[in-house]
Amino acid sequence: MRMTGKQYSVLPGFGLTLGCALLYLSLIVLVPLSALFFKTATLTWTQFWSTVSSERVLASYQLTFGASLAAAAVNVVFGFVVAWTLVRYDFPGKRLIDALVDLPFALPTAVSGIALTAIYSANGWIGQYLEPLGIKTAFSPLGVAIALTFIGLPFVVRTVQPALADLELEAEEAAASLGATRGQTFRRVIVPSILPALVTGGSLAFARALGEYGSVVFISGNMPMKTEITSLLIMTKLEQYDYAGATAIAIVMLLASFVLLLLINGLQWWSGQRAREVV
Amino acid sequence: MSIELTDITKTFGSFVALRNVSLTVPDGELVALLGPSGSGKTTLLRIIAGLEQPDPGSGSIRFHDEDVAGHRVGHRRVGFVFQHYALFRHMSVFENVAFGLRVRPRAARPSEHEIRTKVGSLLRLVQLDGLSDRQPHHLSGGQRQRVALARALAIEPRVLLLDEPFGALDAKVRQELRRWLRRLHDELNVSSVFVTHDQDEALEVADRVVVMNQGGVEQVGCPDEVFHRPRTEFVMSFLGNVNRFRGRAEVGRVSFANVAVEHDSALAGDASVFVRPQDVEIETTPNGAPGFKATVLRVHSAGPSVQVELLAESGETLLAELSHERCGALDLRRGGSVVVVPRRVKVFVDRREA
Amino acid sequence: MAAPTGPTPAATRSAVTEPAWIKWLLIAVSIGFLGAFLFVPLVSVFTEALRKGFGAYLDGVRDPSALAAITLTLVTAAIAVPLNLVFGVAAAWAIAKFRFPGRSVLVSLIDLPFAVSPVISGLVFVLLFGLQGWLGPWLSRHDISVVFAVPGIVLATLFVTFPFVARELIPLMQEQGTEEEQAALVLGAGGWQTFWRVTLPNVKWALLYGVILCNARAMGEFGAVSVVSGHIRGQTNTMPLHVEILYNEYNFVAAFAVASLLTLLALVTLGLKSLIEARSL
Repeated sequence: MRMTGKQYSVLPGFGLTLGCALLYLSLIVLVPLSALFFKTATLTWTQFWSTVSSERVLASYQLTFGASLAAAAVNVVFGFVVAWTLVRYDFPGKRLIDALVDLPFALPTAVSGIALTAIYSANGWIGQYLEPLGIKTAFSPLGVAIALTFIGLPFVVRTVQPALADLELEAEEAAASLGATRGQTFRRVIVPSILPALVTGGSLAFARALGEYGSVVFISGNMPMKTEITSLLIMTKLEQYDYAGATAIAIVMLLASFVLLLLINGLQWWSGQRAREVV
Repeated sequence: MSIELTDITKTFGSFVALRNVSLTVPDGELVALLGPSGSGKTTLLRIIAGLEQPDPGSGSIRFHDEDVAGHRVGHRRVGFVFQHYALFRHMSVFENVAFGLRVRPRAARPSEHEIRTKVGSLLRLVQLDGLSDRQPHHLSGGQRQRVALARALAIEPRVLLLDEPFGALDAKVRQELRRWLRRLHDELNVSSVFVTHDQDEALEVADRVVVMNQGGVEQVGCPDEVFHRPRTEFVMSFLGNVNRFRGRAEVGRVSFANVAVEHDSALAGDASVFVRPQDVEIETTPNGAPGFKATVLRVHSAGPSVQVELLAESGETLLAELSHERCGALDLRRGGSVVVVPRRVKVFVDRREA
Repeated sequence: MAAPTGPTPAATRSAVTEPAWIKWLLIAVSIGFLGAFLFVPLVSVFTEALRKGFGAYLDGVRDPSALAAITLTLVTAAIAVPLNLVFGVAAAWAIAKFRFPGRSVLVSLIDLPFAVSPVISGLVFVLLFGLQGWLGPWLSRHDISVVFAVPGIVLATLFVTFPFVARELIPLMQEQGTEEEQAALVLGAGGWQTFWRVTLPNVKWALLYGVILCNARAMGEFGAVSVVSGHIRGQTNTMPLHVEILYNEYNFVAAFAVASLLTLLALVTLGLKSLIEARSL
């Protein structure tokens, strides 16, 4: 039965709660965001373009985008492995590890920033082994990617875990009874089923990495043209009271996030469609 | 408390759930709203409760001469039992039943002792005393249903409304609870309306059956009346098994399936002819009564009576129901030829377009 | 399934498990990956903080500007969390129990801070309340500071943390439907009574979960707060900002000491999270 208008109108409190929510949302979110758009409107096109396409800013796009993509890719691969072991296997310490996966969510970004820097700098726990091999992690794009991997880790794991848990064991048994090897079953039955979750998780990790600030600014060294991320540039412009410049770069980032958000929603809708088709 | 609904219409968007429905439920009766999905029966029940509102300007709802359409849902003093019980999942059985008493405004609220007494007697009434501390998820479906009933009765409702009360239960439990509900009603005598799509349930339990279809009322009557004297094709085919033929009615007789039987039809014209499987006799040799030839397709003898599937000479398939003795006497086999004699037919002449 | 002619090693293994060596390899890879990326950073916070002994650790934590930072962090959370709690509950009630045009837009708006970089979250408040901002001139005429002062920090924190409670409540309340509330209403309960006695107890674990996540983020937010703060030592520094200042002064032990407090908070958050998940099942 299609119902339009207010369903469940017998329940009270609609006006009050919606009003409260909208008021709060306007004050905290919409009004401040509109300040951003109004500021943008005051920029001339040349101002805007010269800021967002200056060499330094372009270099930051490259670094931010590249490192985020690399981090998301690493997280997709290893996040899948982690999710698989957590869902399918039992081993000592599993519950502890499962809880720890959320650490990057819970830990303040500044803390992860300085911790990662300490570890990967030349005399750090891991850095001391990598330096002699010529692999410079701290104060390099690699360090940025490492920090972004840390940040994005829970996204893939937590998106893939429920998808794996929902898999029907019977589908795998059916494949086995039809003569498929375990590897074939994995490639042809399991991976296609969780592919939407993998892609969604990867996109979420990617989106988060694009905007990340705190965990990256310590390990990156913030060298212009080399290890500056875009969000840092916004900060730098603000410190120089160049509101217009900061706004311009922010708009570019917002557009990218917006496109990504649409993509992710589209992916989730698509995976929902596929699930419906199967049923 | 009698209920009187006049001219109720309810639309959801472009879907018309109820179309000018009028209904009277006399005081103290147990009435069944029977119909298929989409017939509007649940919507009607919810409108009586106040959980839905009829379209503005349409119709009135009265509880014994009191217009309750303006009364909010909590003020109508109706008891409502939901299809899936809607028990408060985090409260014990006791707290569930006591809820309606606890939320009364301070002035009208009974004391703790009074609440305890009342809930205790209700739990005894529904045979759940001893379970008052249990949580709903530790109860069986039948037990949950009885808690829902006790909860609704706690507020001493003027009217009791039940939405497919036994729909979610196993067949055996359903049968027991059906009879139990009837006995309870006889004891309490509260006007009750329940919604069901199960015609056995409606016919077995109710004083009065309201057959609904596509937002309208097809017939209202006692179970005997709607079963044996259906007023529309829909009622006939919805209640019980039925064989349907196309035929032609003339004054005094009706012909169908290569047979003509006597029938006091006042109208003439093309008609639908309905014969119940129990109203059909099977003979191996013609014996003079009007009948038609048929071949036996299948004999299904597991159960209280024997079901025989037949293929009439004229091409229709039909179902006949016989006693085991009769079937044994006839010695029916697949492929055998028999004569089918319809004993009772119901004829509905096609209404001509005005 | 046709039976094999005789038990083979492959047939005795269940049809849907991997060979044992693959299983242990995957477990090793997982533990290795998580170890390098999670465990090592976690432990390093504490080892760095205690590098010069427990006395230096305490000095770092008891320093007046550190204490001021701790106070500010606690105050900010004490304001942000209750406000976001009220908002979350109100929004969840409206969204989960009713259908209305624009509902999905509202849900997307609630997810907004997750899509926006923290630096931009702070930027918008500077554009609104900063000296060159919209309300800047008006504010300075009345001698009110928002940006580079505590109110700005609170506002930026509110922006970044408001979705947490709502996001936990909305799917749960939607799943639970409205039948119990309808039953309560028919039994004579009023709106508030229905909410307190029926709805709230049904979502108490999700609510707690949302509050804990909201609190963790409110105390730990760095980027957004960094933009609006002004970094005035002893006055407009929260704990994460104080960590940054100490680190940039090469005062590593003190920086990690304060960071360790935040880490303990994170661990407590994770612990409570697991507990709640176990309880709500």
